[in-house]
Amino acid sequence: MDLTFSEEQDELRTVVRSFLTRHATEADVRRLAADPHGHDPWIWRRMATEIGLQGLAVPEEYGGSGFGYVDLGVVFEETGRALLCAPYFATVALAAEALLRCDDEAARADLLPGIAAGETVATLALTEDAGRWDEPGIRLTAREEAGSWRLTGTKTYVPDGHLADLLLVAARTPAGVSLFAVTTADAPGLTRTPLPTLDQTRKQARITFTDTPARLLGTDGTAWPALARTLATAAVLLAAEQAGGAAAALDASVAYARIREQYGRPIGSFQGIKHKCADMLVEIESARSAAYAGLWALDAGDETEIAVAAALAQAFCSEAFTKVAGDTIQVHGGIGFTWEHPAHLYLKRAKSSEVLLGTPAYHRELLAARLGI
Amino acid sequence: MEVDFGPAVRDFRDELRDWFADHLVGEFAEHRGVGGPTDGAAWDVRLAWDRELSAGNWLGVGWPKEYGGRGLGLLEEIVFEYEYARADAPYRATVNALDLLGPMLLAMGDEAQKKRFLPPILAVEELWGQGFSEPGAGSDLASVRTRAERDGDQWVVNGQKVWTSFGIHADWLYVLTRTDPDSRRHKGLTLLLLPTDQPGVEIRPIRNLAGQDEFAEVFLSDARTGADMAVGEVGQGWRTAMATLGIERGTTLLPQQLGFEREAEALIDLARARGALDDPMLRRRILDAWISVRIMRTTNLRTLAELTAGRTPGAQATTAKLYASTRHQQLGHLAMELAGPAGQIVGEDYELDTRQRSFLLSLAETIYGGSSEIQRNIIGEQILGLPKEPRP
Repeated sequence: MDLTFSEEQDELRTVVRSFLTRHATEADVRRLAADPHGHDPWIWRRMATEIGLQGLAVPEEYGGSGFGYVDLGVVFEETGRALLCAPYFATVALAAEALLRCDDEAARADLLPGIAAGETVATLALTEDAGRWDEPGIRLTAREEAGSWRLTGTKTYVPDGHLADLLLVAARTPAGVSLFAVTTADAPGLTRTPLPTLDQTRKQARITFTDTPARLLGTDGTAWPALARTLATAAVLLAAEQAGGAAAALDASVAYARIREQYGRPIGSFQGIKHKCADMLVEIESARSAAYAGLWALDAGDETEIAVAAALAQAFCSEAFTKVAGDTIQVHGGIGFTWEHPAHLYLKRAKSSEVLLGTPAYHRELLAARLGI
Repeated sequence: MEVDFGPAVRDFRDELRDWFADHLVGEFAEHRGVGGPTDGAAWDVRLAWDRELSAGNWLGVGWPKEYGGRGLGLLEEIVFEYEYARADAPYRATVNALDLLGPMLLAMGDEAQKKRFLPPILAVEELWGQGFSEPGAGSDLASVRTRAERDGDQWVVNGQKVWTSFGIHADWLYVLTRTDPDSRRHKGLTLLLLPTDQPGVEIRPIRNLAGQDEFAEVFLSDARTGADMAVGEVGQGWRTAMATLGIERGTTLLPQQLGFEREAEALIDLARARGALDDPMLRRRILDAWISVRIMRTTNLRTLAELTAGRTPGAQATTAKLYASTRHQQLGHLAMELAGPAGQIVGEDYELDTRQRSFLLSLAETIYGGSSEIQRNIIGEQILGLPKEPRP
């Protein structure tokens, strides 16, 4: 039975936390949140070269370290805790995963080593103006001409789409949903517009394709199952990130409740505050259970269980993080409502990540469908 | 999620599954899932079931062989509880002795006490009741006022205990007493083993809100027990009692919560039959109920995995009770709503159906084993390190 973390995984957590304590301080987060680019290439390189975070779960044959999803989940809990401003979720949870799932060995061999080495920032361009994460939501079209493919249409709400070197684009051909790769450096007909985001710690872009050449990955029309599986993996990793963010918010609440005095004693000694903090921990531990069950299912490779656990994790962890982040502002009182205090950064990350991969209601319905309810 | 505990215990598990298939039949099978920590339903059948388990040598899987156990490890105990819940066997009538007193004696009792009391527990020959709570001391056990004084080679006990689960069946009580009359709070307490078959012990049933007599109040008037019946050191009863509650809050939650999962699945079937799944409001509550029981399961498995790996369980081991008790009450409300008008009607002699009984009894879950308010204090102070409330 492996439903607990190994010593190696504890060690990984310590290493990642120590790295982020140095390189993703509150000052870093605020600096990058205010920066339209929103990402520090120096830190990104360090993440790859010092601890190999981008390639952690990429198989060794593609230049990664070949660790499992539980290991990756440990990292996402920590990046969530630190509110890391980097295209890590987009690159690792979405793009690398989509490459691993698609049926195209040549593309994996070409594209994954750059991701693992920290040389390529990548993302998945799936959602369009309707903001849907399901198959019918994919409307952007691809057409084949003389053996090469061209994309025309618009993607939006694309995480870190403004700076990605590599776009994996879900598009519709006469055969059905297909996945394409676009390298942004040399793509004609590509327009990328950064979107001002409520959560400034994770940027998004709107991307317009006008007859843009693209590389088809795998077989035309068969991409949806691989994309659905990619979204399930990303749902679990986002849940781990959400649990980590919630835990950091509670830590801040507890630290404040221990020192802030009202009526002559620390507010944390009043049951009104103490019980609120206790309830926050109950939410966080439950969110961890939801996320960990997903990670374990991913490593076990049981597809039915993955689908159930992923939908459950997003349905629960999204709301848990938002609740805890909101309560954190409440515990801090007036100071928690200011721009200077970091509480709002967590609240905004929470509210945005709640809908990033589809709303909790959407994930409940995915769960219902998978349970036959 | 099928949990595989590894090849070492697979044979044990298979033997157990076969045994359930052969023995959980007839009247026992008709009482699948019946009972709970505060549910005295079908007492005689459940007692017979415990004796069936005893005859199969399935009680005390982890207890040493010299006391009648199987002499296996924590892993096998966990597998036993897991498979027990999976088989949906009746809730054990001897839970007080098996899950609380027994482990406490194994950890803190002296050799004579272990030899005297453990084998009859496993043989289901002696039943036990817990004498911790008092009218003035519910979750605040440091307020215990029941006094015990030495008289030669005996203790003489005076006081009143209450909320003793299954107390009317008890042959023996384990009682928290104040042995130092000048002591305050958690100092000067001693845990005593006390036979009920004597003139100084009067046990009166208390009907609970579901109409059953599974609680009792116990009046002790010059009740006597031997000087050798103190568990742990005299004056250190607080530590002994806390160890017992630690056991209660730990692994004993697993089978109960796997039972909640079964309730949630039954509720989905009911909702489907009634066409309630099309109602968006009910649909959301039903899915949240299913999510809750699934999270309870994972939380418990996390704790069990840590225990079997020889690690100290994390915070989830403490938060699990609060989450489960609160969410199970929501499940009960939902079940009653789905039952609709039929939920208003009971059988002859106030006989309740499964949903009614589960709903009503779930109201005890946020009280026993430390109320939810106490749980929040424990989490706040012991896990999060928040300052204690000022105490008078």
